[in-house]
Amino acid sequence: MPKALDAIAALKGRWAGVSDRASLDQPAINVPAPDLLAVLGSLKADHGFDMLSDISGVDWGVGASPRFTVVYHVLSTTGHEYVRVASDCPVDASPEVPSATAIWRGADWHEREAFDMFGIRFAGHPDLRRILMWDGYPHFPLRKDFPLSGVDTDLPDLEVVAETKTNAIAAPMAGGPFVAAPGQINMTEAEPRAKDESWNERRPKPGA
Amino acid sequence: MVSANNELTYDSKIEGDVIVTRADAVINWIRSNSMWPMPMGLACCAIELMAVAASRFDIARFGAEVMRFSPKQSDCMIVSGTVTYKMSSAVRRIYDQMAEPKWVIAMGACASTGGMYRSYAVLQGVDRILPVDVYVSGCPPRPEALLDALVKLQEKVKRERSFSKLNTA
Repeated sequence: MPKALDAIAALKGRWAGVSDRASLDQPAINVPAPDLLAVLGSLKADHGFDMLSDISGVDWGVGASPRFTVVYHVLSTTGHEYVRVASDCPVDASPEVPSATAIWRGADWHEREAFDMFGIRFAGHPDLRRILMWDGYPHFPLRKDFPLSGVDTDLPDLEVVAETKTNAIAAPMAGGPFVAAPGQINMTEAEPRAKDESWNERRPKPGA
Repeated sequence: MVSANNELTYDSKIEGDVIVTRADAVINWIRSNSMWPMPMGLACCAIELMAVAASRFDIARFGAEVMRFSPKQSDCMIVSGTVTYKMSSAVRRIYDQMAEPKWVIAMGACASTGGMYRSYAVLQGVDRILPVDVYVSGCPPRPEALLDALVKLQEKVKRERSFSKLNTA
């Protein structure tokens, strides 16, 4: 029996809230946010999952509840197995889970990125600042209610704004997003291009 | 046989190696043939920029091999790569620190228009914050394209009034 399944069985025996999570690849569990740190700590200390490989956030959509989920991938460098741990954020309006930085120092920048992109706060994080967007950016770009092209915002440096009279604009999509067509063998056809080429920056969208 | 008229014209034996020209022509000749780049390498275009400086393409043939990572010593900012909004303030600040006269080459699709990054995070063309002199198409452009841009910029500099930029600064 793989070590990961042993570990999950042990965790389920110890915390009643831990449940199996549907997964196509490695074993996965759902953990309620209050138990999250204890479960992650046990995975590291008792079951040899010594490396935190990734932390990611999920936004299930504006109306969904729970809206935000945090997903951890932990790796056992001795057993060569992964376990996926998912935890729903209890409050949809202000998503927050405890920080794993006390268990893995490497959680620091992963959590900053999840905070930057989704606005998920990590309680107890030593330095929860944005990591990709600039400080003071007012939005969380990977939320479902944020358009891919962005929204009008001031540039990071207000001196540059005053000098150049420009700002961060909603990028002109012009029929985009420019994505490759799936399943195309012909490379010319599969090339990323606008799905709707009837309009562009110069010609406005018909009927809009 | 020496005639009296020869004494009125230029005589190199008396006056030495003197050439008469216009100040604009001399100053622009000097400027255009010692165009020191500020390599603002921000993405994959910077790799092509390095190739331009290396021996196969050899930008030294056009007097622009002196890549200076100091804005004080450079004349031409080559914006090579994707300018994110977060980077835009640094790009503008370095441009402001360059001494006049100064020029800008927007190298590649991203620097010129934002390129394929129609995104919340990418400046949609560096000409939104800098006055660009030459745009280079390509993703990334071939090194020859950047050399062509440099030659185009040299031609532009040679047509300028040499003091016009200083007066407006």
